[in-house]
Amino acid sequence: MQTVVDIKGLSHFYGSFQALRELSFSVPKECFFIVIGPNGSGKTTLLKTLAGIAAPASGAVSILGRPIGGYTRKGLAKRLAFVPQLPSEDFPFRVRDIVLMGRSPHLGVLGLDRETDRGIARQAMEFTGVESFAARRLDQLSGGERQRVFIARAICQEPEILLLDEPTAALDLAHQVRIMDLMERLKKDRGVTVIMVSHDVNLAAMYADRLLLMGEGAMVSIGSPAKVLTYEVLEKTYGCPLLVDESPLGGVPRVTLVPRRYMDSDRVPLPPDRLDDSD
Amino acid sequence: MNADSPPLVLRIAVVSAALSVLLILSALLALVFGSTDTVIEALFALFRGAEKADPMAQTILWQIRFPRVLMAVLVGAALSLGGLVFQALLRNPLAEPYILGVSGGSAVGAIFGILLGFSRFPGVSLTAFAGSMATLALVLVLSSGQSILKKDSLLLAGVMVNAFCSAVITFLISLTQDARLHNIIYWLMGDLGQAGMQQVGLLAAMLVPCFVLFFALSHPMNLLLMGKETAQTMGVNIRVVTLVLLVATSFMVSATVANCGLLGFVGLVMPHLLRLLVGPDHRVLVPACALGGGAFMVLCDLLARVLPRQGEMPVGVITAMIGAPLFIYLLKRSGSDANRR
Repeated sequence: MQTVVDIKGLSHFYGSFQALRELSFSVPKECFFIVIGPNGSGKTTLLKTLAGIAAPASGAVSILGRPIGGYTRKGLAKRLAFVPQLPSEDFPFRVRDIVLMGRSPHLGVLGLDRETDRGIARQAMEFTGVESFAARRLDQLSGGERQRVFIARAICQEPEILLLDEPTAALDLAHQVRIMDLMERLKKDRGVTVIMVSHDVNLAAMYADRLLLMGEGAMVSIGSPAKVLTYEVLEKTYGCPLLVDESPLGGVPRVTLVPRRYMDSDRVPLPPDRLDDSD
Repeated sequence: MNADSPPLVLRIAVVSAALSVLLILSALLALVFGSTDTVIEALFALFRGAEKADPMAQTILWQIRFPRVLMAVLVGAALSLGGLVFQALLRNPLAEPYILGVSGGSAVGAIFGILLGFSRFPGVSLTAFAGSMATLALVLVLSSGQSILKKDSLLLAGVMVNAFCSAVITFLISLTQDARLHNIIYWLMGDLGQAGMQQVGLLAAMLVPCFVLFFALSHPMNLLLMGKETAQTMGVNIRVVTLVLLVATSFMVSATVANCGLLGFVGLVMPHLLRLLVGPDHRVLVPACALGGGAFMVLCDLLARVLPRQGEMPVGVITAMIGAPLFIYLLKRSGSDANRR
């Protein structure tokens, strides 16, 4: 299978604090790749390194077979799009103009759009379901709508790789599922490789083809959700008691938080169930 | 889906045409009216069938008012664009060359140049440019301790640098005793009246390339509003764009200050007014600010010439009287926006 992202020995520092420790992994094409891990484990730094925003201190990052430093900003932006965490609402443009801005890396310096670009923007708006409020401004939208607008903008960039930083963090349940379904459809219909940072372990288990679990800047485990989400590894990485069983939908693990008052209760099956490694 | 907005090129053309008409009308007004009625009387005489225009009126029109109007157009365009660029780059609606202390720094540089006996060009222009770059760097460093995006720290740094510049200016002026003193003080308050055609030509040669550059970078300015990191992932080379815009803006501001002194708040009035009228797209706003800012300054200068019974007042007084209340209003509004969040 073709590899779209290849990372070898990647480290990153903020001053003397080491945010990433010798990461090495690769992401195959048309993969829904989700990075999980506790706060401060380096997930966002990893994503920003892939986006070309943070420069690696050491190690090699290659995107679509080429070292990331070998791309111009525009060249990278044609192949890879980035949806930041909590996109700003303080952006005075209308939805359709924002989505159309996704065409910028494909256009000249003035960003003068052609009919084909407007067509691609319309498609991106339909795909994400934002066309009904295309004429509105960001500050008139809810958090979920705003998130979809920025995803539409990123899709309009027509990237081969889409990076998202906790796109479901501030959303209600319906919007969470909607965004995740959207990503799955993007992968299946358009062959886009989706790399996402998420805090929601269960959502990640339901959708990810491959999971990367990070802890303190290092890779703890990588592989299928069934392989990565075992209670020993999770309890150790997150530092809290957890119960892992199988999702009622089947096939993938389900992680349940265990409040302290249940610790000695016989309602918590001990030792917790383990799923077989069926990678 | 709602109707598409008209194509960008059409919007640019329509807005530019409308503001060009406004600019030409303001310029005609400013050519005809002034502290004397000589030109009007000469025009009436021509209408009544006089063979030749009054030579006195011709002199006033072509030697005095014409270069002055051109100067006002250039300076108004430059300062409006300066405000527009700073507001986009620093993502702060209150950023403006005068408020950030960049104008004050240029003035300090220019006064140094004058006192050292340099000629207006290139000596004083260069010292003014050095002064503006130094203050800009100082303000950015002072406010970056937290984050450039923090509105308060940026304004506070600007106020401090401005106060320091005023002190230096007063200090320099009180050290000199010669006849240049009155000229310096009058020039400081903003004065368009000294210009001859040669000076106008020189200023145009410095400013017009900056205007073109701003238009060329107008779309990256749009993307910058989305945040630096997001703009980068959309293909904008942040470092180059930011550096080029900052240097060009402070060069442009220093050139206007070296020629016409301190004209405050112009960069606040036109960008905000035009954003309300034509929307947030910088590809439309850059030409609009150049034309609208020019018209605004021509009209302010006309007021400065016509309002006093005798003589005239510095045009900087007019721009400050219009701009400062707007600044206070915007400050109040951005404060209540912050509370709402």
